[in-house]
Amino acid sequence: MKPIRYLPFLLGAAMLAACSSGGGGEVRSASSTRAGQGDAPYASTYRAYPGVPTALVGATVYDGAGGYILNGTVLFAEGKVVAVGNASLAIPAGYTRIDGSGKFVTPGVIDIHSHLGDYPTPSVDAHEDGNEMTNPATPEVWAEHSVWPQDPGFTRALANGGVTSLQILPGSANLMGGRSVTLKNVPGRTVQQMKFPGAPYSLKMACGENPKRVYGSLGRAPSTRMGNFAANRAKWFEAQEYARGDRKERDLGMETLAGVLDGDILVQNHCYRADEMALVLDMAKEVGYKVTAFHHAVESYKIADLLREADVCSAVWADWYGFKMEAYDGIPENAALIASAGACVIIHSDDENGIQRLNQEAAKAQADGRRMGIDIPDAQVIGWFTLNAAKAMGIDDVTGSLAAGKMADVVLWNGNPLSVYSRPEKVWIDGALLFDALDPKRRPVSDFELGQPGEGDVK
Amino acid sequence: MKRASFLATALLGACAALAIAGPASAQDFAITNATVALGDGSDPIPGGTVVVRGGKVAAAGANVPAPAGVPVIDGTGKWVSPGLFATLTDLGLYDVDAVGQSRDISASRSPFSAALDVAPAINPLSQHIKVSRAGGVTRATVAPRSGNSIFSGQGAVIDLDADHAPVVKARAFQYVELGEAGGALAGGSRTAAYVQLKNALAEAADLAARGRNDDVLLNRPDAAALIPVVNGQQPLYVHVERSADILSVLALKQEYPRLDLIIAGASEGWMVAPQIAAARVPVIAVALNDLPAQFELLGTTQSNVGRMAKAGVKVAIGHFYGMNQPRYAPQQAGNLVALGKLPGASGLTWGQAFAAITSIPAEISGMGGRYGVLKQGAAGDVVIWDGDPLEISSAPLRVFIDGVEQPLDNHQTRLRDRYGTPAEGDLPKAYDW
Repeated sequence: MKPIRYLPFLLGAAMLAACSSGGGGEVRSASSTRAGQGDAPYASTYRAYPGVPTALVGATVYDGAGGYILNGTVLFAEGKVVAVGNASLAIPAGYTRIDGSGKFVTPGVIDIHSHLGDYPTPSVDAHEDGNEMTNPATPEVWAEHSVWPQDPGFTRALANGGVTSLQILPGSANLMGGRSVTLKNVPGRTVQQMKFPGAPYSLKMACGENPKRVYGSLGRAPSTRMGNFAANRAKWFEAQEYARGDRKERDLGMETLAGVLDGDILVQNHCYRADEMALVLDMAKEVGYKVTAFHHAVESYKIADLLREADVCSAVWADWYGFKMEAYDGIPENAALIASAGACVIIHSDDENGIQRLNQEAAKAQADGRRMGIDIPDAQVIGWFTLNAAKAMGIDDVTGSLAAGKMADVVLWNGNPLSVYSRPEKVWIDGALLFDALDPKRRPVSDFELGQPGEGDVK
Repeated sequence: MKRASFLATALLGACAALAIAGPASAQDFAITNATVALGDGSDPIPGGTVVVRGGKVAAAGANVPAPAGVPVIDGTGKWVSPGLFATLTDLGLYDVDAVGQSRDISASRSPFSAALDVAPAINPLSQHIKVSRAGGVTRATVAPRSGNSIFSGQGAVIDLDADHAPVVKARAFQYVELGEAGGALAGGSRTAAYVQLKNALAEAADLAARGRNDDVLLNRPDAAALIPVVNGQQPLYVHVERSADILSVLALKQEYPRLDLIIAGASEGWMVAPQIAAARVPVIAVALNDLPAQFELLGTTQSNVGRMAKAGVKVAIGHFYGMNQPRYAPQQAGNLVALGKLPGASGLTWGQAFAAITSIPAEISGMGGRYGVLKQGAAGDVVIWDGDPLEISSAPLRVFIDGVEQPLDNHQTRLRDRYGTPAEGDLPKAYDW
């Protein structure tokens, strides 16, 4: 059985209270819910590595936003996409030209649901840092304070999965698991060096079996689904009270929840069953917040119309099912049925192996839809693991698609990324070439793997 | 048009279900003009023919004529292959992994270990068997997982057809843990695991020789269960991952030359591949391990299978437990083909990769020539695919086991059909069935 970190959950973090007018000079502004802002605590120190102006020519380009160009040209320089066009696009002087004939270009892959760093490999007890299982509501904890930057999993996600950005979520043991952190998949000595500049925080929440099992087994509340809701509502009403007040007293958990109520912190809600998702939507209405995405959501297909109306994304696997009771009704057509109803689909991993093949999982889900008569174009399916994920992470204004001015987060695949026979050949993050399958030294090796069997090996 | 193809799919499923509603009987048939994958390691054959008569493969390959009087299925644009052989699974041993009442996978509170036998516990109507069958899996081995001893118990070879007789061969192998998990089970160290193993083999030999075993740590059923292992009549599957552990297992052959060893795991097998090949010990590996999930996996890489194969090791892809579903076998094999295009990586050819999920696991299970291969005399386990079976967009269209066409519906397909449109019609969804 999978450890609890896989049993979807997620919860968001706390936001700092708005007390800038208060007397204590150390009190941070409540607006500092965007992780990358300079005045935020634990601010991002990420800096793009140098790159060279690059022209990818001759490849099939999927832009992540539903468009594609045969024999396309992608230009990037100074860390940003300069232009995307067809073969007639002029290549300015000074650009390094890379022939992409027979190859494919996509935006960097984005995983909205990862526990890398918080549950790193090796998966020893000492590395279990993703669930603060001491209280069913821990909105005060921040996932970034658990991230081990040396997790070898980051390197596999880059080299085999083309992952350039990812959201690290607390686990699903708790109703409110804590704040997420969004990272650029660039190795750092510190987590701050990996933090995605300007990305909003999310609160990880969890429905269903996990919280009631973890706490019910200790003889504590919640021990039932109704207990889950009671505990959530009580916490939210407390947060409403806090948010209405002067917010002068520091309360890390309340600061996070107030940030959600302010609309500054997103909500990523682990939830499997359709009926529970519908109840959560009503709880959000009652309290006054928005669920950004349901995660795992194996039964979204049963309420795809409600999810479209509520404008909530479903972050799903292609075809996981049956590992726990609330996953019993998972079906491989889930993603296609959600998309067919006009609701938002994201393919997520929740897994250090799955994150290496999000493209393949999307392709499987697409094919399962096609067999029941739902035809979703390839270019739209690419968006399931690029732009849609970026949207639900609040970073789509700067990454997730290939458009002029966006971050040059780019993957050159050696074949169609929707085929099992294709792999990333080159991956750029902010225009810096950080993986090259053709250059044995252009691959990251974490501190942990130095001097160990297989150091620097193809993985 | 969406609706039309959906209906067609539903009708096809209904027909297949009707076809087996009575006593299932093998059909004679020929599939012509298809791309035929024999499963024996060879490349796919365009325009090939497969003939099944009396529940067995009569002929397969290029230039095979369809016999007169045998119904012909046009395979134009399709692929035909032997059914997949998923080795080391928990098929039929659980309904929901996290629901203890539904699990027969391990028995940590039992006084028995080596004597545990999965055969009578296998539920052929399990949804996981149905889902796997729809994924093209026709045969599997089922292994118990470790409980409170290094000996997990005895596994079986099964078929996945829609009847109540899943077991092809009961007590087909014994499974033992000798790596990190073995150390923990034996009392906290690999040292204890080896003493436990050697003592158990000694007690089994004692029981075999004298009809009794004195000074026992093993109860009588466990000791009796190990007699065929000591005699080399029943294969011993040993789970180890680390290169040093693999060599320690190979060294057991010096002391116990009759042991019929098979290594399960071997994530660091590439580091000692020549030794494994020289010992002629087959390996059942996980295809895509590439993370140091435990310290015994430090050297793991997706190139492991390819490197071992290149060194001459007989290696199958397996370990389809829990969320690593048996229907993922083609995707994993396909990924190993993809590795062949990457400099520095070792993959498999298409033929080798397909064999790693068909004929090779069958051979390792003692079923060589019977399953996982399209050759004269093999079981009529045939899958017609809508494309390249290793490609993720492909799926089985029809599945035959022993020449009998199988139903491909299950809980998932019924939910899919009910929720093709999510909103209710004139009655609640519960009336839509």
